Amino acid sequence: MKRLLGWAGFYLLVAAIILYSVFPFYYAIVTSLKAGSQLFSVEYFPTAWNWDNYVSVFREQPFAHNLFNSVLVSFAVVALSLFFGVTAAFALGRVQFRGRGLLLMTVLAVSMFPQVAVLSGMFELIRGLGLYNNLLGLVISYMIFTLPFTVWVLTTFMRDLPKELEEAAIMDGASSWEIIVKVFMPLMWPALVTTGLLAFIAAWNEFLFALTFTLTNTQRTVPVAIALISGASQYELPWGNIMAASVIVTLPVVVLVLIFQRRIVSGLTAGAVKG
Amino acid sequence: MATATAELAERAPDPAAPAQKSQLTRSRVRAAWLFLTPMLILLAMVAGWPLLRTIWFSFTDANLSDLSGAKFIGFENYLAYNDGEWYGVLADSEWWNAVWNTLKFSVISVTLETVLGLVVALVLNASFPGRSLVRAAVLIPWAIPTIVSAKMWGWMMHDQFGILNHMLMSLGLISSPLAWTASPDLALTAVIMVDVWKTTPFMALLILAALQMLPTDCYEAARVDGIHPVRVFFKVTLPLIKPALMVAVIFRLLDALRIFDLIYVLTSNSKDTMSMSVYARQQLVDFQSVGYGSAASTLLFLTVGLCVVLYITFGRVRFDGR
Repeated sequence: MKRLLGWAGFYLLVAAIILYSVFPFYYAIVTSLKAGSQLFSVEYFPTAWNWDNYVSVFREQPFAHNLFNSVLVSFAVVALSLFFGVTAAFALGRVQFRGRGLLLMTVLAVSMFPQVAVLSGMFELIRGLGLYNNLLGLVISYMIFTLPFTVWVLTTFMRDLPKELEEAAIMDGASSWEIIVKVFMPLMWPALVTTGLLAFIAAWNEFLFALTFTLTNTQRTVPVAIALISGASQYELPWGNIMAASVIVTLPVVVLVLIFQRRIVSGLTAGAVKG
Repeated sequence: MATATAELAERAPDPAAPAQKSQLTRSRVRAAWLFLTPMLILLAMVAGWPLLRTIWFSFTDANLSDLSGAKFIGFENYLAYNDGEWYGVLADSEWWNAVWNTLKFSVISVTLETVLGLVVALVLNASFPGRSLVRAAVLIPWAIPTIVSAKMWGWMMHDQFGILNHMLMSLGLISSPLAWTASPDLALTAVIMVDVWKTTPFMALLILAALQMLPTDCYEAARVDGIHPVRVFFKVTLPLIKPALMVAVIFRLLDALRIFDLIYVLTSNSKDTMSMSVYARQQLVDFQSVGYGSAASTLLFLTVGLCVVLYITFGRVRFDGR
């Protein structure tokens, strides 16, 4: 009897955890499928499948444009940070040289910078480069948080690869670049997928820089677009549209995370616990 | 490749080997710096330079519309005395209000996240059918963009049509709807609620990783001795995972101290929830006073920097790797 109660209690806890985690997103989906005055009655289950909100999100603002911007920026950020991350990780993870510890410490320190602390300097830099209200400006500024993280995780991964492989390649006369591309890259793909995904999510979700360094609707990324959706007055936010937009933005990320959940968990813990 | 390795082993006793090896080492170190340079330049450009410029701006009267015309004014943005009154960030009661909000937010939400994260991690560490389903569910709040979670919860907490008020009222816990995000007493609570929901998964996963590395033998010993599981948790598990827990807490704390987007979207520029980051950005962008805002940013940077230094000093972190 006592055991049974224990099991019941445990599964109750499990159910509570699942409900707590999933319910807000579920409710956003339910809300996004409502239209008109239906919005203002609380319902726990979808009654009618109404796609109006999804249509009007694209009609009332350049949401397709915003989505495209987000995709473009995120992919560019991933590509750049992986390229710089892999080359730097090779140097930091495979070669012993003076100042290596200090460099790793600097990289880690940068990952803890509050974004606001560089805001005015970054603003000046972006404007000086002529990249204000330009997606390239966002890509460059996002390096401040994706690069340190990528370098750090890839370095821990690179360090644990067997030494013999590299020695063999050196004996065969391979250059460092060839070692990276031909020997390490094929072994690195799990780490690359993990760090790439984490960098993608970070860039996809970023808000402060995107809000500050863009001006026009068509240059905005999705988080800013959602945050700035407004109605006729401050008190009449179009909640249906906002929820539809939220579901559209979140769905790809959630799907990615669920597919790669093991990889992401190992990446997160490599970044933090080993750090 | 196997033959090459054998060759390396064969060559080892060769007296000429050390010289050859050091040449190899030298060329490798050169290659290492070559590979590092692009990353370092990029990092200096997007992190080092803007940080230095921000600190410089904090000593000037820079204005957003004319950054190049900034003049050096010393510490006036921080603190200045003029005609019997104090000016500057450090004399601004709104700044101290923001500091207080940030600290309150950080301490409360990180504490709650640690406790909840511990519970979730312990559940995930048990083996039961459907465990992977729970792990997947727990990851969802982490994956949702902060802006989206702020909007989602903003809708759930809506004072008239929100489901949260509806739930609490049908449970009889409250008699009239609460204005979660608008009322001065509740706004910070609302922010904390959303943040706890969003970041508990991160905490849980880090703690879970630590739990899974624990040796099993002391648990077997405890079970053989018939010690109560709760006692085992406090006497064995908690001390063993404490280092990992500390790292996770500090990571979250540093993150919480710089909170911006959740507060900005959930309660906008309301005084009741304004954090240090929101304050700095408001000065910088909305009021265009780059100098003053940079002073606030620099103070935030110093606060976070102090935490990092304490962490490195007391956290027994080893940076050279091995």
